[in-house]
Amino acid sequence: MSRLVDAIPYARLLGVEIEPGEEGFECLLRFRDDIVGNARLPAIHGGVLGAFLELTAILRLMDADGIQDVPKPINFSIDYLRSAGPRTTRARADIFKLGRRIAHVHVVAWQEQRDRPVAAGNGKFLLAGR
Amino acid sequence: MPEAPAGRGARTLSSGAPFSQSDLGVAALTRSPADSKLLESRMPEERRYALQPFFGPGRADMTQYTPHARRLRMRVVETGPGMAVLTLPYHDELIGDPVRRVVFGGVITTLIDQASGLAVACAMEELAAVATIDLRVDYLRAAEPGCDLFARSECYKLTRNVAFVRATAWERSPDDPFAGCLGTFMVGANQGGAPFGRLIADEAAKS
Repeated sequence: MSRLVDAIPYARLLGVEIEPGEEGFECLLRFRDDIVGNARLPAIHGGVLGAFLELTAILRLMDADGIQDVPKPINFSIDYLRSAGPRTTRARADIFKLGRRIAHVHVVAWQEQRDRPVAAGNGKFLLAGR
Repeated sequence: MPEAPAGRGARTLSSGAPFSQSDLGVAALTRSPADSKLLESRMPEERRYALQPFFGPGRADMTQYTPHARRLRMRVVETGPGMAVLTLPYHDELIGDPVRRVVFGGVITTLIDQASGLAVACAMEELAAVATIDLRVDYLRAAEPGCDLFARSECYKLTRNVAFVRATAWERSPDDPFAGCLGTFMVGANQGGAPFGRLIADEAAKS
């Protein structure tokens, strides 16, 4: 899984790491000054959070059985629930439905407390060659 | 004549209806004085915008207050009433699919989020802080590798608390977008200060 992250240049730019979680793996995004969107708060850029959620969803799919190619996103929708402060952010993805051609994935990101999410994402992906 | 029965039939149908839409619907609504006042206030030329002095071709300093936009070398191409066009130069660091060398989807989200926040700021009469409530990005096709990316966002409705935007992104022609987006933003969201408040303050300090 970590090797997969290393193969994706944008994941390296964000510095995303993989950690074993309570149920499956979790993605980890450490705070850095250059991922800030609002410098006064400061808060992580909404686009960075969105990209982090989408990456977590893609990695979760590639961890599922029988998927070799990188799934292509059809659409991705993000709800911003709280301002994401200068702290480490974690994300976890669940596959809602793994169809023959389309997969539905739900992702949640949080900072200090898992039950206080900062963002949630919902993506549909096209699976090639299944 | 073959047309006559059809024409008569259509008229009978319309006059037989309990009311006609043109009598009770749109016309009645627009005749109300309150509503015509509302329509007037929506006319773009009647409105004043806080960022009006900055409208036109984008300036180099318009992304300098957003660290991540600066990190990705994003630039403002153009701004106007309730709209903004941004560009993101292609770079190997943005790749999401190393085999196809296609830019990572989330990079497009970042470009669109940035353009949309600016479009909302460009719709305001008085600057207020803006925070993204939600974004939904449709990936219409893969962006062509090696091409600079562009995003245009339009704030098509601004209320006291919420701004509604739609955006598209393309690399070669705006008529052939690779992504579309709908988003909502909270207006006066936090204590983080108004977007471009510093740009205006720095501008004032210069003169």
